[in-house]
Amino acid sequence: MADGFEFPVDRTAVMLFARALLDIRPEFSDPDAAETKALGGIVVPPTFVQSSAHWQPDYGLDLTRPRKGPPPVRGGGGGGGGVGRGLHAEQHYEYHHPIHTGDTLTVTSRPGERWERQGRRGGKLLFSESITEYRNQDGVLCVTARSIGVQTERAVDQ
Amino acid sequence: MNLSVGDTHEAVVIEKVNRTHIVKYAGASGDFNPLHHDDPAAQSLGGYPSVFAHGMLSMGLTGRMLTDWLGAAALRKFGVRFTRQVWPGDTLTSKGEVTAVSEENGQKLATIKVVTVNQNGEAVVEGEAVAAIG
Repeated sequence: MADGFEFPVDRTAVMLFARALLDIRPEFSDPDAAETKALGGIVVPPTFVQSSAHWQPDYGLDLTRPRKGPPPVRGGGGGGGGVGRGLHAEQHYEYHHPIHTGDTLTVTSRPGERWERQGRRGGKLLFSESITEYRNQDGVLCVTARSIGVQTERAVDQ
Repeated sequence: MNLSVGDTHEAVVIEKVNRTHIVKYAGASGDFNPLHHDDPAAQSLGGYPSVFAHGMLSMGLTGRMLTDWLGAAALRKFGVRFTRQVWPGDTLTSKGEVTAVSEENGQKLATIKVVTVNQNGEAVVEGEAVAAIG
């Protein structure tokens, strides 16, 4: 995904994302609220950029998405987790510049480190890191995300 | 906002997680991994007893505790490790504690240790945030 893809930040998408987090702050939905105006318009919850998955052409955790051509490799998620034995181990964000509704972000990802270690109960654990940058229509870097996924040999004990 | 080392904030961020909460997050985030909404798939693909919530739902709810405490646009960094799965029926409480206050280019910053626990007091998410204050 070296060339990246476009992620338009739509007001309805931000409202739905905030609602899924049971968040009723006006800054995430109401352009007329004084709190929102103080921030120069609607902003987004801290983990909102995760919803760029909807626009990621090769996103692997939406296997019923209609598409031309063959489906992407199953489990190739941008979130770090995966289908089956894959799990999301860590997620880190750095916020450089505000994101507002109406922005069009360009999303680029690159693989980071890979390592393995022995799990306590789940056998060998394979970790892999992915780094994603979100730049707005002016080329300004808004968010850097670092996601770490882990593949286990056996189901995780509860 | 004036924060000092040792200041804390705590909030119940979700009570009795149900499958509707989980599918609502799936729809909003675009993560349609069947492990999170399809019980037979969770059992056959992953060997799990049932579906479980997205880790990112727990992180998002934890983020809500932070933005409710510090403001919608205060965060400069936010990172977590997912330490335990969240199952239908779980109730989550998020806690933040200021561990350091510093200043960078004239901006006051607070470093906050973050943990979200389930109804048994077991951590599901642990991490750290940095927020602009004042």
